[in-house]
Amino acid sequence: MNKILNNKISTRLVGSILCGAVVFLIASCDPDETQKVTNFNTIVLAEEFDEDGAPNPAIWTYDIGRGDNGWGNNELQYYTDRPENVIVEDGMLKITAIKEDFEGAGYTSARLLTQGLFEQKYGRFETRMKLPFGKGMWPAFWLLGANIDDVNWPFCGEIDVMENAGSKPTKVSGAVHGPGYSGGNPILKEYEFEETRVDTEFHIYGIEWGPQYINYYVDDALYFQITPESLEEEEVQEFNWVFDNGPFFMLINLAVGGNFDGNPNEDTVFPQTMYVDYVRVYAAE
Amino acid sequence: MKKIDFKYHIVFALIGLMYVVMTSCDREVSEDFELATFPNNPEIFTDNPVGLTDEFFESFDPATGANTEAFGVDVNESYAGTTSIRIDVPSITDPNGAYVGGIFRDRGEGRDLTGYDVLTFWAKGSITTSIDVVGFGTDFGLERYVVNLRDIELSTDWRKYYIPIPDPSKLVQERGLFAFSAGTQKTNGVGYTFWIDELRFEKLGTVAQPRPSILGGQDQTAQANIDTSVPLLGFAQKMSLPNGQDVTVEAAPAYFDFETSNPFVASVDEKGVVSIDGLGEVDPNTGLVDNTAKITASLGGIEAAGSLTVEAVNLAVISIFSDVFANVPVDNYNGFYLDGFQTTLGGRVEVDGNNIIDYTLLNFVAIEFYGRDGSGVQPVDATEMTHLHIDIRANEIVEASDFFRIELFNNFTLSNSESGSFNITGNDLQSNEWVQFDIPLSSFSGLNNRDALGAFIFVTDNTIANVSLDNIYFYAEQ
Repeated sequence: MNKILNNKISTRLVGSILCGAVVFLIASCDPDETQKVTNFNTIVLAEEFDEDGAPNPAIWTYDIGRGDNGWGNNELQYYTDRPENVIVEDGMLKITAIKEDFEGAGYTSARLLTQGLFEQKYGRFETRMKLPFGKGMWPAFWLLGANIDDVNWPFCGEIDVMENAGSKPTKVSGAVHGPGYSGGNPILKEYEFEETRVDTEFHIYGIEWGPQYINYYVDDALYFQITPESLEEEEVQEFNWVFDNGPFFMLINLAVGGNFDGNPNEDTVFPQTMYVDYVRVYAAE
Repeated sequence: MKKIDFKYHIVFALIGLMYVVMTSCDREVSEDFELATFPNNPEIFTDNPVGLTDEFFESFDPATGANTEAFGVDVNESYAGTTSIRIDVPSITDPNGAYVGGIFRDRGEGRDLTGYDVLTFWAKGSITTSIDVVGFGTDFGLERYVVNLRDIELSTDWRKYYIPIPDPSKLVQERGLFAFSAGTQKTNGVGYTFWIDELRFEKLGTVAQPRPSILGGQDQTAQANIDTSVPLLGFAQKMSLPNGQDVTVEAAPAYFDFETSNPFVASVDEKGVVSIDGLGEVDPNTGLVDNTAKITASLGGIEAAGSLTVEAVNLAVISIFSDVFANVPVDNYNGFYLDGFQTTLGGRVEVDGNNIIDYTLLNFVAIEFYGRDGSGVQPVDATEMTHLHIDIRANEIVEASDFFRIELFNNFTLSNSESGSFNITGNDLQSNEWVQFDIPLSSFSGLNNRDALGAFIFVTDNTIANVSLDNIYFYAEQ
């Protein structure tokens, strides 16, 4: 089950494209030849987290435990499905990282996934979240190829819609992993907020994913596009593009410690909660 | 017998009444009424001082050792623009004063800083060291909203520094725009230079996660005599900077709101001074007298970590060393003797806002209060007292065979001197934990008179070399 290796370093591809709403961009801009866009306006999943209690079992399942080697990243938490760690209330999904001795781990938290329950090829995958803060917090919203059990990671492909290192409260990043660009060497770009932070306000994190491209946006800013040519730029053969092969499923988790942001320090506050207002998925018309 | 770090008192019933009266005659502000507002200029120094007094830099009192010659503007160094503030921290032997410090004040009636969340500046040093204090709110006036950030690390390249405003809504009219103090304690007395540039208040929107605290964030308990009062200490605000680092500033009590759980026992004023007002009332639920009150604080609506639970008592006390009771004058808390045998080091120290006594290399040491070297300190008449209270923490592993002996002297150094001793064994102490003792004075065998007590001598013969003491007082059991 060593399927998730999120170890990243920043290969900074700089230059963010600020624009109005993405839809507005599509309607009003004349995209240049390298920019690929599609309208994804048909909502196919609207998870608003309106029903108190455990998350809807028709959509969400869980990874439980510590994984191999801290889910491949030296993470410190034990994932559970206990209400202390994951619950829907106040119209939100709340994933809470707790500092406690549990099954040999020093922390508990939760990881939800839609594997086998909701999987889709292409579309707009969007969430609205407020994140925790402090060194060692590692919240993420991401996708994995549904063929992972057949072809293994990273051949299944991984699309990281949003990851945040708790020690960088004004920065998030988007990335892809695949054969030749995985683990500590993904194709990744950071987005930096001005005058706001990930832990003080809710922000929208999403991708628009279509044939031969993935666009990344935060709130109303499109900041990153990955295409097969992006692989070439990183000296990876274009045939290693694994994002047109089939459906992906979603994951939301709050990891503690590990390779992405290092381990918590004495200033890191526990418990802390990651708040998810909604998860929405759209398909092309 | 476990103990409590820190002790305090409280004052309250009248203020509770006043509060009720004041809230009941509170008026709505009419729409026609406009509150006076003050300029909100954020700039303090860019290439020139901005809107400051003609003096620009107003030094701390030279009588305290402040060097008034060490401040200037440098036209050859700047982070941005053409000039910067240059501060030449004097060497410890400088005849003009061994440290530099002072304030910048608004030249008008003050500024409205409610629209900002942080004071920022760029600084660099001629060497890598740390500046003792930077801050704002010090205005040589009411000093109401003082904020200090201690020990900022200087680099030899320009770096940006952030001093968060604990609660900007309080700063509607602030004159104290910047303050600093720098000496050479960390450079072995050697002088150095540092520069400050682009000093201004800013609204970043990315200084977040306020975590206020009082009393070092500890939940403390204390016994306190009625009609006494003691200031709370250790007011701080911790915030997360945009770079993810936490910074903790000392914040004046006026940034906090205080609350008492039991106004019949204790009250607390806006300066954080807790007063013990009474022995409490009967709790109708239990039928018992509740003589405790918990003092808590909040800042900007956020509960501060740390609290003080006081138990009101009515003890006759003669206090030698405590934060709770008014102490009698003493000669020293670290009476040392140049006899060639004594190894002890240490004395009074402040830890998290709590005064304690710390000794290291202890073989023996005295607390003297008899008028050593003609000091005028009067011996203590403890004839009416029945007990000695003392808190002891062995700051090391305690063995059963270790001991801590307390010798108490009447007419110390005089020909009619007499003394008694009380022995505490290692079994009665705990490693690195406070233990409190209430020792009948009759247990000091050999001490027949207590009309002129003048000294303690604590003896361990190095069996316990590192020890802390607190709350040393005589009292009469009621």
